[in-house]
Amino acid sequence: MAMWLKALLFALVGIVVMLVNGAFIIYMLRKVLGHAHLRLGPTELGPAGLAQLIPDILKLLTKEDRHPNQTDKWLYCLAPIIVFVPSLTAFAFIPYGEKLVAANPNLGLLMMIAFLSVVPIGIFAAGWASRNKYALIGAMRSVGGAISYEIPLLLAALAPVMLSGSANLSDIVHAQAGGIWYILPCLPSAVIFFLCAQMETNQTPFDMAEAEGELVAGFSTEYSAMRFGFMYLSEFAGNFTMAALIATLFLGGWTLPGVDPATMGVFGPVVLVLKTYLVIFCFMMVRGNFSRYRVDQYAALGWKKLIPITLGWTLLLAVILKVLQMVGLWGGWS
Amino acid sequence: MRDQIIIAAFLILGAAFALFGLSMSWLLSPTRPTHGKGITYESGVDPIGLPWIRFRPGYFIYAILYVVFDIETVFLYPWAVSLGAQGTGWFILIEMVLFVVILLGGLFYAWKEGSLKWH
Repeated sequence: MAMWLKALLFALVGIVVMLVNGAFIIYMLRKVLGHAHLRLGPTELGPAGLAQLIPDILKLLTKEDRHPNQTDKWLYCLAPIIVFVPSLTAFAFIPYGEKLVAANPNLGLLMMIAFLSVVPIGIFAAGWASRNKYALIGAMRSVGGAISYEIPLLLAALAPVMLSGSANLSDIVHAQAGGIWYILPCLPSAVIFFLCAQMETNQTPFDMAEAEGELVAGFSTEYSAMRFGFMYLSEFAGNFTMAALIATLFLGGWTLPGVDPATMGVFGPVVLVLKTYLVIFCFMMVRGNFSRYRVDQYAALGWKKLIPITLGWTLLLAVILKVLQMVGLWGGWS
Repeated sequence: MRDQIIIAAFLILGAAFALFGLSMSWLLSPTRPTHGKGITYESGVDPIGLPWIRFRPGYFIYAILYVVFDIETVFLYPWAVSLGAQGTGWFILIEMVLFVVILLGGLFYAWKEGSLKWH
C-alpha cells in the first residue's frame, strides 16, 4: 500500500515536471526560433514575454472543442490519451540523481525507448480516426518515419551500453562519472542518435507527420482545444525525454567531471536539466536553420545511410574495445 | 516489483490526468456546433470523397525489413552488455560480426533489388 502511494507520488511529480517543461519549451521554442529568423518572439506580457504562457494555456482550455461529424468517434477521442500516456511514462526512467530515479529497471534504456515508440501508434490512430486526407497522409508518414529511424536510434544507443557494460541508465551515468563522457569516444553514435531523436520527435527538418507546407497540420488537422493541447504537450515532452536521454547517455547525465557523484546531492537534477536544455537548444537551432527533407529522401537517409553506417561503426567500436580489453585497458568486469 | 508498480502508477495517473484535462476543457469551453464546423477540413472547400480508400503506403517492404532489423537490434543488446565481461574472448565478437554481415547482406540485396525505392 505504502509502495503504491509512493509510486503515485512519483507519477504526480512526473506530471508536474512534464507540464512545467512543456510550458517552458513552448516559450523557448518561440524565442529561439524567433531570434533564428531575426524576429523577437513574444515580448509583451511579463519580463521578456515570459507571462505569455498563462493566456496560452487558458486559451487552450476555453476553446471550443470542435468534433467533426465524420470521425471514428471512439478512436478520435482515445488518440490524444494514447499519445499522452506513454510520453509521460518515459519520464519515469530518467535518472535525475543518485536516488532520484523513479523506475530503474536493468533494461531501463530499452524500456524508455519502447514507451516512446508507442507514441507513433497514437499518432496513427489520430490520423486514421480523423477521416481527413491530410491527417491520414501525415499519420502514414509518421509510421514510415518511426520504422525508418528507430533502428539507427537503437543501434546508436549500443555504444554507451558496450562501453559501460550495462543497459541501466544509472549505471551508464556512474560509468561516465568515473571516466569520460561518452560523447568523446563515440561521437558518431552521439550525432546519429541526435538526428534520430529529432526524427522520432517529429521536428522540422524531418517533421513528415505535420509538414505544414504540404499537409495543413498533418495528423492533428482535425483536432482542436485540449485534445490538440495534449498532442502538443506530448510532443514537447518527447522533446525533453529524448534530450534527457542524450544528456544521460553521452553527456554524463547528472554528474560533472571531476566531482564525486556522492556529493552532487540536489545539484544532480539541476545539472541534468541544464544539459537537457542545452541539447534542446541544439534541436531548436537545427529546426531553425535547415529546410525540410522530402519524404522519399527521408526514408532513404534512414535505410541507405544511417543503418549501414551505425552497424559498421558499432562493429568497429566493438573490435577496438576488444583489443583494449586484451591489452587490459578496458572491461574485464564480472 | 518496485519498478512495475511505479510504471503502472505512471500509466494510471497519466490516463487519469488526460481525462481530467479533457473534462476541464469540456466544462470550460462553449459548444456552439454549426453545419460548417462539422465538415472535415479540406483547405476550405467541401471534401471530395472519403480518405478511407485503398492506397499504397509506399513503405510496405520497409515495414517487413523493420521487423527483421528490430529483432536483430534486440539481439545486439545482451551481446553489448556482455562484450566486456571477464573471460570473453574473440569468439563473441566473431559471432556477432557474422550475424551482422549476414543481415547487412540481406539489406544490400533488398537495396539492389529496388525494394528501398520510395513509390
